[in-house]
Amino acid sequence: MSAPEILLEGRASINGAPLFPDLRLSLVPGGWTCLLGPSGVGKSTILRLIAGLETGAEFTGQIRAGDGAPVADRIAYMAQEDLLLPWLDLAGNVGLGARLRGSQPDPARAKALITRLGLSDHIAKRPGALSGGQRQRVALARTLMEDRPIVLLDEPFSALDARTRSQMQDLAAEALRGRTVLLVTHDPAEAARLGARILLLSPNGLSEIPPPPGAVPRAVDDPETLRAQGQLLSLLRAA
Amino acid sequence: MMGRRPELTGLFVGLGLLAAWQALVVLAELPPFILPGPGRVAQALWDNAGLIFGHGLITLAEVLAGLALGAVFGALTALGLALSPPARRVIRPVLVITQALPVFALAPILTLWLGYGLWSKVLMAVLIIYFPVASAFFDGLMQTPKGWLDQAKVMGAPPWRMLLQIRLPAALPALASGLRLAAVYAPIGAIIGEWVGASQGLGYLMLLANGRAKIDLMFAALAVLVVMTLALHRLVGWGCDALVRRVS
Repeated sequence: MSAPEILLEGRASINGAPLFPDLRLSLVPGGWTCLLGPSGVGKSTILRLIAGLETGAEFTGQIRAGDGAPVADRIAYMAQEDLLLPWLDLAGNVGLGARLRGSQPDPARAKALITRLGLSDHIAKRPGALSGGQRQRVALARTLMEDRPIVLLDEPFSALDARTRSQMQDLAAEALRGRTVLLVTHDPAEAARLGARILLLSPNGLSEIPPPPGAVPRAVDDPETLRAQGQLLSLLRAA
Repeated sequence: MMGRRPELTGLFVGLGLLAAWQALVVLAELPPFILPGPGRVAQALWDNAGLIFGHGLITLAEVLAGLALGAVFGALTALGLALSPPARRVIRPVLVITQALPVFALAPILTLWLGYGLWSKVLMAVLIIYFPVASAFFDGLMQTPKGWLDQAKVMGAPPWRMLLQIRLPAALPALASGLRLAAVYAPIGAIIGEWVGASQGLGYLMLLANGRAKIDLMFAALAVLVVMTLALHRLVGWGCDALVRRVS
């Protein structure tokens, strides 16, 4: 699986009012791009445009993959809500994608992923019996089960407590290694830990902030990462 | 205590109503051909048990057939509407127009078309419950959490699979409330049909008893109808609860 660069060029407006001006956004091929910005600036719109989802905004421009192949069928998506179906057990939720496409999910792979994410004790449980952190791990397993080269993450960890969130960041960074990942977040700490490229979206447009040194995921107490986090927060406050 | 034992509460309310009924008959000195007391009705029920049972079975068959057919047609309509926006534009106004028609007024026509037998009553019941079932289920199908549909779209699900695997299970609680209503409405349809033209059934028996001033027999048939409807409501309620538990 080769993970392509993804390019979005264009501008968007809602009912004629500009949402974001002309911008050129490029996702690191095979790495994490973190898109940071205040609420309502259009971060999620950008992610949903790439995902091919309804946005309510008019987009003028183009979205393409660096390798020229179509983007649409190479995407996996994970949102802030775990989006688990309450009537399916954990294995059923992890294998949902295949069944929605009319094929059988590979049970051995599903089981291996569930075990890898530390959920093997819960495999026959339904989402209602799991904690928030466990549910988001199931959502990650479901995303991995899709095995797509492009992964779009829309604030997937923002509803978790700080400890669980940092654990999920480690887990996701490890599990999604080698894929082209777009992480939309409003958390400077998350961007500083995970971004190979860090982009700040403000009403004036897109700016790129050099990421701290070191491989992703960077340690939570790494001084450079913490400094970058502070710098990102200042920029975010100014945006 | 009573709040924690709903079936006991129901029993007490029922007994209270019976006592009030008896008190009314005694205090107002009502003659039995105007309002017989509960004792007299029980006696009529006992004396005519075979007759009432036979007619009751006919009505029960009409109600069950109407409920099953109305639920199936209503549910299929909702699924069709949910899947097809053009169908929504065309069929929804038609549905509303059918609701503006007083179904009662159709009963003589149905009897004319389908005869005095079972099917005119079944169709009455179907007409009465079709709209509540279709409407409740359709509303449920249109209110699927958006995130689930977004996710299914990114996963590459065709719309009909999204409908069957996500929107339908998510709408089962809404379908269940439609069915609960239908369980209470279906007997109304059957009885209207029997009033307009029938040779069997509890509605027919009630008309007959009324015409011959056997008011106690009429009340006995009515009591059986009430018990039948309550039992049906309870049974459908249990079924719906089980259905809803599966998806929540």
